[in-house]
Amino acid sequence: MNKSVIFGVLTVAGLAAGTASAATLDDVKARGKLNCGVTTGLAGFASPDANGNWEGFDVDVCRAVATAVFGDPNAVDFTPLTSATRFSALASGEVDLLSRITTWTFSRDVDLKFEFAGIAFYDGQGFLVPKELGVSSAKDLDGATVCIQTGTTTELNLADYFRTNKMEYEPVPIETNAEGQQQYLAGACDVYTTDSSALAATRATFENPDEHVVLPEIISKEPLGPLVRHGDNQWGDIVRWTLNAMITAEELGVTSANVGELAGGTDNPEINRLLGTDGNLGEQLGLSADWAKNIISSVGNYGESFARNVGSETPIGIARGLNGLWTEGGLQYSPPFR
Amino acid sequence: MTTTTDPQTDSFHLSQLLYDSRYRSMTIQVVALIGFVSLVAWLVSNTIVNLEALGKNFSFGFLGQRSGYDINQRLISYSSDSNHFTAAAVGLLNTLLVAFLGCILATVIGVTAGVLRLSRNWITAKIMTVYIESFRNIPVLLWILAFNAVMTEGFPSPRDFKGDNATASMLFNDSVAVTNRGIFAPLPIWENGYQIVVIVFLLSIAAIWAFGRYAKKRQELTGDILPVFWIKLAILVLPVLIAYFVLGRPIGLEYPELKGFGFKGGLNIRRSLIVLWLALSFYTGAFIAENVRAGILAISKGQSEAAHALGINPKNTMSLVVLPQALRVIIPPLISQYLNLTKNSSLAIAVGYMDVRSTLGGITLNQTGRELECMLLLMGIYLLISLAISGAMNVYNKSTQLAER
Repeated sequence: MNKSVIFGVLTVAGLAAGTASAATLDDVKARGKLNCGVTTGLAGFASPDANGNWEGFDVDVCRAVATAVFGDPNAVDFTPLTSATRFSALASGEVDLLSRITTWTFSRDVDLKFEFAGIAFYDGQGFLVPKELGVSSAKDLDGATVCIQTGTTTELNLADYFRTNKMEYEPVPIETNAEGQQQYLAGACDVYTTDSSALAATRATFENPDEHVVLPEIISKEPLGPLVRHGDNQWGDIVRWTLNAMITAEELGVTSANVGELAGGTDNPEINRLLGTDGNLGEQLGLSADWAKNIISSVGNYGESFARNVGSETPIGIARGLNGLWTEGGLQYSPPFR
Repeated sequence: MTTTTDPQTDSFHLSQLLYDSRYRSMTIQVVALIGFVSLVAWLVSNTIVNLEALGKNFSFGFLGQRSGYDINQRLISYSSDSNHFTAAAVGLLNTLLVAFLGCILATVIGVTAGVLRLSRNWITAKIMTVYIESFRNIPVLLWILAFNAVMTEGFPSPRDFKGDNATASMLFNDSVAVTNRGIFAPLPIWENGYQIVVIVFLLSIAAIWAFGRYAKKRQELTGDILPVFWIKLAILVLPVLIAYFVLGRPIGLEYPELKGFGFKGGLNIRRSLIVLWLALSFYTGAFIAENVRAGILAISKGQSEAAHALGINPKNTMSLVVLPQALRVIIPPLISQYLNLTKNSSLAIAVGYMDVRSTLGGITLNQTGRELECMLLLMGIYLLISLAISGAMNVYNKSTQLAER
């Protein structure tokens, strides 16, 4: 008798667990922290600093979402995920948001049932080789041994690229960027291939970065962005418009330095709508009115985050290029706040 | 007048289910069975509900889709155009390869170390103790990573073989190169007439077997011991050599050579295979050594004393008297060590070895997002492998048991 009660309770609990993922915002608020999935360590995108604080471009997206919800950029628990474990972690609800240099593809969006909130970084797959090999083009790589992270889109691009160009190669599968770096430096592979931004970040941590070169060919489109589970549109909207708020802020010239002043009210109605002095955009998202103002003041706008983490002033030294604003010849373009 | 009271006809009360020892055990079993079945039913229904909530269906159709990725070590033909099923088969063969090689080497290492640990030579015995204890007490993943680090950092890269001031050179008259990408060795090329050499070789093996039977019979009849090993070696080598030269060397060797980025041609034994094979063998070998030692110690001392009294030398005492009896004790735990080795080979991805866990349970799972299907398939595959190994070993175990007359 008692047993059947227990099983009844368990069954109900199981059913509840199945449907509990609907309102992510409520779960996050109840928990008081955002669970955010990031890389296991890639300088400039997500890596812990000397004090163990996570920093980087992907980390800033997590912090921005946490700021939008709680007004506190530190209300985040970071979960380092390998490329092989990231999707199960998001699908199972272990993380609320995956901000982990993840390429937006059709099958991930449709078949794996995820929702990409936008493109935070326009990237493409490149090749890193030692200068001493004397290789100047990816077309010269016939017969090379290539280190490649398994479970990524780069693995498929690589197979396609060598196949189309009728070249042979020997794949050496690795699991993390750190492992790839070690294998590459030991000469266990001739070439390391992954997204070119990650190659730049990896090269920047080498003892002698000048002895290595990223080849000019970019063999794929890798639009990287944060993603959430299908089926919770409110949560998807929050992440999407957090990213858009950062991009719009840069376009409107709102920075972490002047946001306090601009929040007092300006002549530009879009700035007023963005910062919550006019209209109720925050309320429509289920957030406070000053959600975007908090993001800009604690994390900064898109350009500030880019420059601080991966920009040309940093050791990683990535130019804005495609990631520039549309007004400056790039592709970053946010729908309007109205 | 006597009154006989009939035994009261059994009237069954519900309370008997609990208090009557005739029924109690059945009650407990039924309750336990109901509990178990409900647990399974709950797990299954929970899975179905959650899959539905995620909008996922359950289907193995993805196995027929194009895989799109390459695998470096493939024992059957495979390219990125093949489907996921073929990729899983390539991975399965790689698993079986490393498990097969590992079981053989682990047995050799284990038997040697187990016998030597009982050696009367103090240094030998202590060295074996250190080997066994250190390998048995450190997780196998750490050993795999350690072997990998040694091979990656400790051996030269193919680039070091190049140029005028090369810092590394090939071994054995420029035929074998040991690099941190693996070992490059000559590969036999089969030319016209090789079939005859192969047939001669197979005939030699048959002859060795026949000779072994003859020698044994002869020994049983007359007591003479022939130098069996040397005769068998001669039967194995000489006819093949003669056929090889008479037919004008139909089997050539393709040597690896420096070309392009590294070595081309010849046989490429990849680092991942070597590292995984050695690490698994040494790890499992330590456990087998303990089984062997236990087996030997289980044989009564009187057996070897009797053998000595008959004038049998220590080597023959071990190989003819003690080990054959010890095998009966050794083989059952040996089976589980083989199973362990096979299952431990699923750590292959740590060194980039493309076994079935890395292809089906790694890349395929990631690219298709079919966690449940892939994991169920993997569990089924490992279960089948393990059952097959223990089935085969049980047959062997029966053949070594004491024949009761």
